[in-house]
Amino acid sequence: MTDAPTAPAPRPRSQARAIWDQFRTHKGALFGLIVLCLLVLFVVIGPLIWQPEKLRVAEALKVRNLGPSWRFPLGTDQLGRDMLYRMMQAGKVSLAVGFIAMMIAIFVGTTIGVLAGYFRRLDGPLMRLTDMFLALPLIPLLLVLVMLFRDRIAQVLGPETGAFVLIVFAIGITSWMQAARIVRGEVLALREREYVLAARSIGAAPRRIILRHILPNVISPVMVAATLGVAEAIITESVLSFLGLGFPPDFPTWGRLLYDGLQYMQLYPERVLWPGLAISLTVLAVNYIGDGLRDALDPRIRGR
Amino acid sequence: MLTFTLRRLLLAIPTLLFISLVIFLLVDLAPGSPMSEIPLTVPPEVRQKMIEAMGADQPVLVRYLLWLRQFFWVEPATLIDGWFGTSLAGGEQRILSWQTRSPVFTMIGQRIPQTLTVVGTAYLLGVLIALPIGIYSAYRQYSWFDQAGTLFAMIGFSVPTFFTGTLLIIIFAVGLGWFPTKYDTTLTVTDWDSFLAHVRQMALPVLTLALANAAAISRYMRSSMLDNMGQDYVRTARAKGMSERTVVLKHVLRNSLIPVVTVIALGIPSIFGGAIITENLFGVNGIGAALILAIHANDLPTVQTLAFIFAVLIVLFNLIADILYGLLDPRIRYD
Repeated sequence: MTDAPTAPAPRPRSQARAIWDQFRTHKGALFGLIVLCLLVLFVVIGPLIWQPEKLRVAEALKVRNLGPSWRFPLGTDQLGRDMLYRMMQAGKVSLAVGFIAMMIAIFVGTTIGVLAGYFRRLDGPLMRLTDMFLALPLIPLLLVLVMLFRDRIAQVLGPETGAFVLIVFAIGITSWMQAARIVRGEVLALREREYVLAARSIGAAPRRIILRHILPNVISPVMVAATLGVAEAIITESVLSFLGLGFPPDFPTWGRLLYDGLQYMQLYPERVLWPGLAISLTVLAVNYIGDGLRDALDPRIRGR
Repeated sequence: MLTFTLRRLLLAIPTLLFISLVIFLLVDLAPGSPMSEIPLTVPPEVRQKMIEAMGADQPVLVRYLLWLRQFFWVEPATLIDGWFGTSLAGGEQRILSWQTRSPVFTMIGQRIPQTLTVVGTAYLLGVLIALPIGIYSAYRQYSWFDQAGTLFAMIGFSVPTFFTGTLLIIIFAVGLGWFPTKYDTTLTVTDWDSFLAHVRQMALPVLTLALANAAAISRYMRSSMLDNMGQDYVRTARAKGMSERTVVLKHVLRNSLIPVVTVIALGIPSIFGGAIITENLFGVNGIGAALILAIHANDLPTVQTLAFIFAVLIVLFNLIADILYGLLDPRIRYD
C-alpha cells in the first residue's frame, strides 16, 4: 500500500537561486547591476574596440580642445588627446582601485573581526584598536600619507605602479573598521551555536572551526560591506585625485580627469561632466546593488 | 551620568594620545620629510646647525613629548594670556609654521571663522532640509514623496561633493551667472549690499555641503520615525482622540529625534573633512584649504596640527553624542 507512485517532488530551490530571485525584485538593485556591467564593459572591452588614431605631436596640436565629432566622440583635451579613450583608461584604473582597496579592507577587517570575536582574550585590545582607527581623521591622514610617501615609492616602483600601490594600500588599511565590527558581532553570536560546540567537542582546531564553520556563515554581511566598500574606495580615490594628490596625469583616473578638467570648466564644461557622471553613476549603481544584496541575503525578508 | 561622563573623558585621553602618536610618527618617520631635503650644497656643519636649530637631532620620544607639551600646554596658555593678559606661557616656543614662520594657531585663529560660517550654515541648512523630508517620508511611507525622498538620499550619498559643487558652479555661476564662482574672503559686511554679496558668495558652497548632509540625515530621521510610529503609545495617543498633528509632531517626533540628534552630533567632524574639498573648490580660505596649502608646501608642523585638530573634533563629538544620548533618553542608564 505504501508503494503508490508519488508525484516527483519539485526540485528544491537552490540558495543561490533564491537569493537571485529576491535580488531581481529590487528594481534599484537590478538597475545598479545593469549599469555597473555596462560600465565594466565600457572600460574593459571599450579600449579593444575603440582604438584612437596615433597622432604625432604636430597633428595632436591641431586637434586640441575639439568638440564632439565622429572622429572624437567626446572631443579632445588641451593636448589633443581623445577624451573617449582617456575615459576608458581612467575608468579601468578607478574601478581597479575600488575593487582592490575593498579587497584589502575586507581581508584585514574580516581577519581582525574573526580574531576579536573568536578569541576572547584578543577582543578587548583589537576592538580598542578599531575604535582608535575610527577616530582617525581619514582624509587629512590619507593626504599626508600620499604626500610623504609618493616620491619614495615612485622611485622604487615607477610613478604609475607606485601611485597605484600607495593609494590602494592607503585606502585599504584605513577602511577596514566597519567590516571588522560587523564580523566580530556575527562571530560572537556564531561561536555560541551548537554546531561550533560540536566541532570543538570532536577536537577540531580553532583554525578549522573558523575556516570551515564560522567564515561561511559571515559571508552575507561581509558581501554587503564589500559592495559598499567599493563605492567608498572609489570616492576616496577621486577625492585624493581631486585635491591633486592622487594619480599622475598620464595615468589618470576619473577623479584625475575631473581635476584636470576643472581649469577649463568655464569653456569646456563637458570635460568635468563626463568623469563626474561616471564616478557618480558607478557609486550609485554599487550602492543600489549593496541595498539589493542586503535584502536578498537576509533570510527573514527572502521568500516573502 | 556623571561617572559615565568622567569615564568617557578618561577613555578619550589614551585615544587622543594614540592618534597624536600616529600623526607624529607618520610625519616624522616618512622618507619625504624636509629634513632629508636640505640641499647638498649646504656645508655639513651648517646642515648640522640647521638640524639642531629645528630640534631634529633629539630622540623621537623627546620630540614627541615636546610636541605634546607645545600642543597641550604652551598653546592653551598663550590663548589664555591673550584673553586675560596673564603670562602663563612665559614666552615659550609655540608651534611655528615652516611656510610663514608664524605660529600655526594664529593662522588657524584667522581662518576658522570662515570655515565655521560656511560649514555651520551648511550643516544647519542640511538639518533643516532633512528633518521635514524624513518626517513626511515616514508619515506617508511608500508614497510618491517617500520614493522621491529615497531617490534623493541615494543620489546624495553617491554623488561626491566635489562633483555636486562643480555642477552647481557650471549651472548657477557659469551658465546662469547668479552667483560668483569664487568666495571672496576680503569682503567685509558693512551694509545691506555687502551683506547680500556675502550671502550670494556663500550660497553655492553652503548648498553643496547641505545637500550631502541632508541626504544622510533624512534617512535616519525617516527610519527613526518609522520605528516609533508602530509603538503602542502612538495608538494610545490616537485613541485618546488627539489630533493627528499632535500625535506626529509632538509624541512621535520627540521620541524619534533622540537617535537623530546623536547622528547629527556624530556628523559634525566629518563635515569638517568634507569642507576640505568644498573650501578648495570655492576658494574659501578656511582650515581645510590651509591643510591642502600646507601639504603642497611640505609644511609639517601645520599639517600635524591641523590633522590633530580634526582628530580632536572627532573624539570630542563622539563624546558629546554619547552624553547627549544618555541625557535625552531617560531609558538609557550607563551606570
